[in-house]
Amino acid sequence: MTHTTVSLVAVLATVVLDLWVLRTRLLARRVYWVSYAIVLFFQLLTNEWLTSRGVFRYDPDAILGWRIGHAPVEDFLFGFALVTWSMCFWVWWGRRGVQAGPFDGTGMLRRGGARRSADDAAATRPPAG
Amino acid sequence: MRSWVYAGMLLFVLLATLPLEIVLRTRVYSRLRRFGLVLVCVAPPFVLWDVLATRAGQWSFDLSQTSGVTVAGLPLEELAFFVVVPIASVMTLEAVRNVRGWTVGDEPVDRP
Repeated sequence: MTHTTVSLVAVLATVVLDLWVLRTRLLARRVYWVSYAIVLFFQLLTNEWLTSRGVFRYDPDAILGWRIGHAPVEDFLFGFALVTWSMCFWVWWGRRGVQAGPFDGTGMLRRGGARRSADDAAATRPPAG
Repeated sequence: MRSWVYAGMLLFVLLATLPLEIVLRTRVYSRLRRFGLVLVCVAPPFVLWDVLATRAGQWSFDLSQTSGVTVAGLPLEELAFFVVVPIASVMTLEAVRNVRGWTVGDEPVDRP
């Protein structure tokens, strides 16, 4: 199989993993697509750094030959799979209770880790006036 | 160390994401058990893919631009890549969640 075929299979496997195996459904969430866009921007920079210098060399018969900068498009499918698998398993282990949270009473993530004493004071202080 | 071309790029990614842990409290480095389990699930299939594709000649590495150390036919940097990219990915997800207040799916009450 070529880099193209394997990469397309990996994309398919990623969708199946997220939607049906782990059921993390990150692909249906805004938080995922905004995060992926940011990672993709940095992949464009870092992959260009490596491919333009020839750190990676590709067998012309294994790729389509379509490139973004110096990087074959297949690399972006590989990257999509690796990045998405990482995020999915992070959410999945959190959902299983491994170092998740902390969450507040409404089930939302409590920002900044622990509740600050100033917040407690503000919550219990009677309204002024 | 023969060359810092590849290792330098990995260091750049680690340094560029480090402020997220401090400023946006992504709490990835402080949850190493959870991150370690992510690596156990993600790294083996991707490293295997890389090893097999390298053996099949689909791609190769210019070792003169790496440390020169190889494991199973892959430069040491290439193995580190499969740790660094998951770190950056998870930190970005946590950073966006913390800034926007969006749910990612591990909350006790899930609101997509």
